[in-house]
Amino acid sequence: MELLAFGDTGWGDELFYATLMTIAVSITAMLIGFLFALIFTPLKLSKNKFLNFIANSYTTIIRGVPELLVIYLFFFGGTGAVMFVASIFGYNEYIEINAFITGAVAIGIISGAYSTEVFRGAIQSIDKGQFEAANVLGLNKFGKFFRIILPQTLRLAIPNLSNVWQITLKDTSLISVTGLVEIMRQSYIAAGSTRDPLFFYSFAAVLYLLLTFISMKLINRLEVKYSKGY
Amino acid sequence: MDLELMINSFPKLLGATVITLKLLSVSLIIGLFVGLFFAILRLNKNIFINKFAYGYSYVFRGTPLLVQIFIIYFGLGQIEYLRSTILWVILKEPYWCAIIAFALNTGAYTSEILRSAFQTIKPGIIEAGKSLGIPNKVVFYKIQIPIAIRQSLPAYGNEIILMMKGTSLASTVTLMDLTGVAKYIISTTFKPIEVFIVAGGIYLFMTFIIYNLIKFLEKKYSFN
Repeated sequence: MELLAFGDTGWGDELFYATLMTIAVSITAMLIGFLFALIFTPLKLSKNKFLNFIANSYTTIIRGVPELLVIYLFFFGGTGAVMFVASIFGYNEYIEINAFITGAVAIGIISGAYSTEVFRGAIQSIDKGQFEAANVLGLNKFGKFFRIILPQTLRLAIPNLSNVWQITLKDTSLISVTGLVEIMRQSYIAAGSTRDPLFFYSFAAVLYLLLTFISMKLINRLEVKYSKGY
Repeated sequence: MDLELMINSFPKLLGATVITLKLLSVSLIIGLFVGLFFAILRLNKNIFINKFAYGYSYVFRGTPLLVQIFIIYFGLGQIEYLRSTILWVILKEPYWCAIIAFALNTGAYTSEILRSAFQTIKPGIIEAGKSLGIPNKVVFYKIQIPIAIRQSLPAYGNEIILMMKGTSLASTVTLMDLTGVAKYIISTTFKPIEVFIVAGGIYLFMTFIIYNLIKFLEKKYSFN
């Protein structure tokens, strides 16, 4: 137990901040994922074959390639890409990108592919009559989307989005390979310096279980809220 | 775009794919038995057995695969007692540690898939078997299990693809699988995009094969 003490003698405070970091990365990644879903879901539903192809390539590639490989691409490629853009503007010094941003973007792109599929499925399962009714009521495009379609989409999408959240949360453990100090990285450091990997990795597992458990409870509440009237 | 690097790294990555496929197939086979075992436990009416099986699947589905590999590879070696037993022959090898972690992980997901498949079998089918005078055990092995396997094919296909991606984590415990070799080439050449295209292409090809194989099996064993 003294291994978990807060302060200089134990790893309690370090692991606490690492847990906050995991939560922060997961939420950021999930939001970036929503942004991607917002772009790619309309493309998926579009009647234009070319736009369809782009969106399908995105979701197929990301869901068919290991997360770790995508993270390596961003970790090793991110710096190069940013330096290339900077060199166009005449800046040739070495730029190091923040591990948090690299990680959140990489996981966000992965999470976005799953979110896109969820939103596509949800929108497609909304009754056609709803679209027609909105047209008949004379709502404009925005009103139609935000007042009629989106609320219904959310209700249908929440259970599946909760799965995406779980996947995203667990995927953040992979960012530890880039050196960002989240739960996994902190456990690795602690395990290395105390030579007690069994304890620290098991504790990491408990922290992840706690996070998934709490988020499940919160999402269930959201589900209840959005299924009012059904 | 460095085409030469892409062509040169292709055979190396293809060689590493063999390890990925080995890891995948061995852990899927073990995982299927683990999953079937726990799915049967889940159907048990004894609350302790039931809760135990639920706890197993909850823990393995609620924690990242990376943690599971690290606990088995780094953690178990710490127990002095284990080092003196015959088990240590297996546990000191990163290859087997990875397989144990993968098999237990996929076993947890498989048990959930099979459990829901068992539960959706219409009671009439089981009753029909019984009324024909077939013993309970035979009903279970010859009627319930085949139907459950057919029911769970689509979900299990997804699980195979997820597991194939999961094997990439073997590279974190020193194994040179497809991702491990890809990372090695990236870190020596600093050409991440080229290597990603080749390695990602191989993974996508495997996904494609698995996807179509499952589609084929679904058609072959469809009820209609």
